[in-house]
Amino acid sequence: METTEKKKKEYQQAVKVLSPNSHIIKNCIWAFFSGGTICLIGHILRRIFESLNYSEDKTALLVNLILIASSALLTGLGLYSKMGKKCGAGTVVPITGFANSMVSPSIEYKTQGFILGLGAKMFTVAGPVLVYGITTSVIVGIIHYFIMG
Amino acid sequence: MNKRIGRHTVKIEKPVYIISAASYAGKKEGEGPLGKYFDFVAKDIMLGEKSWEKAESMFFKKAFETALQKAEKNFDDIDYLLAGDLLNQCGGSTFGLRDFKIPYFGIYGACSTFGEAISLGSMLIDGGFGKNILCGAGSHFCSAEKQFRSPLELGTQRPPTSTWTVTGSGAVVLSSEGSGPRVTYVTTGRIIDMGIKDSGNMGAAMAGAACDVIEAHFNETGRTPDYYDVIATGDLGDVGKALVKKYAGEAGIIFNNNLTDCGIEIFDNETQDTHCGGSGCACSAVTFSGYFYKKLLKKEIKNILLIPTGALMNTDISQQGETIPAIAHAVAIEAE
Amino acid sequence: MDILEYLRAFITGGTICVIGQILIDKTKLTSARILVLFVVSGCILGGLGIYKYIYDFGGAGATVPLTGFGYLLSKGVIEEVDKVGFLGAFTGGLKSAAGGVTIAVVFSLLAALIFKPKDKN
Repeated sequence: METTEKKKKEYQQAVKVLSPNSHIIKNCIWAFFSGGTICLIGHILRRIFESLNYSEDKTALLVNLILIASSALLTGLGLYSKMGKKCGAGTVVPITGFANSMVSPSIEYKTQGFILGLGAKMFTVAGPVLVYGITTSVIVGIIHYFIMG
Repeated sequence: MNKRIGRHTVKIEKPVYIISAASYAGKKEGEGPLGKYFDFVAKDIMLGEKSWEKAESMFFKKAFETALQKAEKNFDDIDYLLAGDLLNQCGGSTFGLRDFKIPYFGIYGACSTFGEAISLGSMLIDGGFGKNILCGAGSHFCSAEKQFRSPLELGTQRPPTSTWTVTGSGAVVLSSEGSGPRVTYVTTGRIIDMGIKDSGNMGAAMAGAACDVIEAHFNETGRTPDYYDVIATGDLGDVGKALVKKYAGEAGIIFNNNLTDCGIEIFDNETQDTHCGGSGCACSAVTFSGYFYKKLLKKEIKNILLIPTGALMNTDISQQGETIPAIAHAVAIEAE
Repeated sequence: MDILEYLRAFITGGTICVIGQILIDKTKLTSARILVLFVVSGCILGGLGIYKYIYDFGGAGATVPLTGFGYLLSKGVIEEVDKVGFLGAFTGGLKSAAGGVTIAVVFSLLAALIFKPKDKN
């Protein structure tokens, strides 16, 4: 097998042709309906708490609480990964997916102890989300200060 | 030095018999097309252990012990133990085999390890350095996912080009005396990197290495693909097999339906949802030890060119943007 | 009760997820990268004052996806800057997200204590 740059390029092209593609349409339909459903549940919960006269902040917190707790339970029971297989981004993008990304390594790395196993690995996905989310918010805050201030 | 017949190939002149083979497989593998051929199929792939890594070690222990029993050998009869797996520092083999007290070479060739073990074992015997050698390899779906991919309970989609790491371990006893299929040629692969970066398409990363060693084997032995009843790559899956057909074909090596892949044999991709097929060290190890070895014994096939394939990926270096180098080792095994 | 309001939440949430799916399938981004991208995008769109319109249209359809988490960060930081000035940039974001993050940490720990790792067959 030649390994010249030209051959490698040609090989990589052949790989593209011979590799099956993701069923993007099917995946998108699943993502739309599953993601939509999770959001719809969120919205129903929100209206329920609002009708019970909770403030906007408390309502948002209670909705998150229920969604995150459900995700943790489904992840522990091994059901969230089954849903994720079908739903793709529909179960990754909602807050339940964020919870799943924290719960799943926590369970998996429990065998490596509570500190460097469970405690550290909980943040393999959530860590970067917080790092860049918080940093962006700081930048937004500073810009807001100088423009509006 | 006339044992070396080419840049890659050595002829094993003294008889090296595979006097026994044992295969311990996981539940999913047991439900696959080859399920009935395995010596043991685990109902629970934890095997009663507390972690997946420990379970993987237990698969090693069981398979290697069974291979010894079948060969009617004791630990003391074995001159060398050659084994390896996918876990960091070959944890699966080290911890599974630490009580064996046999001089040990831990080897790493990723999923090609089984081929590497048989190659080195055969050369040790032919060189007169040992009479009996125990060699094998294994892998575990859960520990491999944990180390190389993502937590099992993370809700992700496996790409259609992905393969499924086989859970299990396969071991053989090579001996200068006895009976069984003989190892006749060993063709050692080079590290080949075709510039593939997608760790979800390992077949594509490895097919170049498989083609390279296939070309070397046929050029140096003077054989043609017709010579073999079966030419089985390790864990290329559907995409990798198609690539091997294409590129070996371009080099003038045409297969007559005798080309297969252990990863394609071991699972029914349609019903078992394994996408492109099986992979992992155990893929070629249990498929050979369970299935092809028995076919050789029964003379249903008279010879096989086994080509375990490995992606020499390092997760840290991959994250630094490197491509995936690959390797493949070919061993010719012929019924007496 | 306005049925259209629920429909809007469904469509907004579904659409945001479809964007994620297209990114996964077309660019082979891992879910970790998708989540980071969505939080950062939500935060930027929030800062630019655009996400507010998505929120007004979609309700929970805009807050449940992780872009909503980013929006929450931006909303919190802007409010805090307005209230306490420059230093608010360093407290506002995380303050608004404190509840969500704490809930996620506590439930992850609880789940890990209760459940055992098991295989995927």
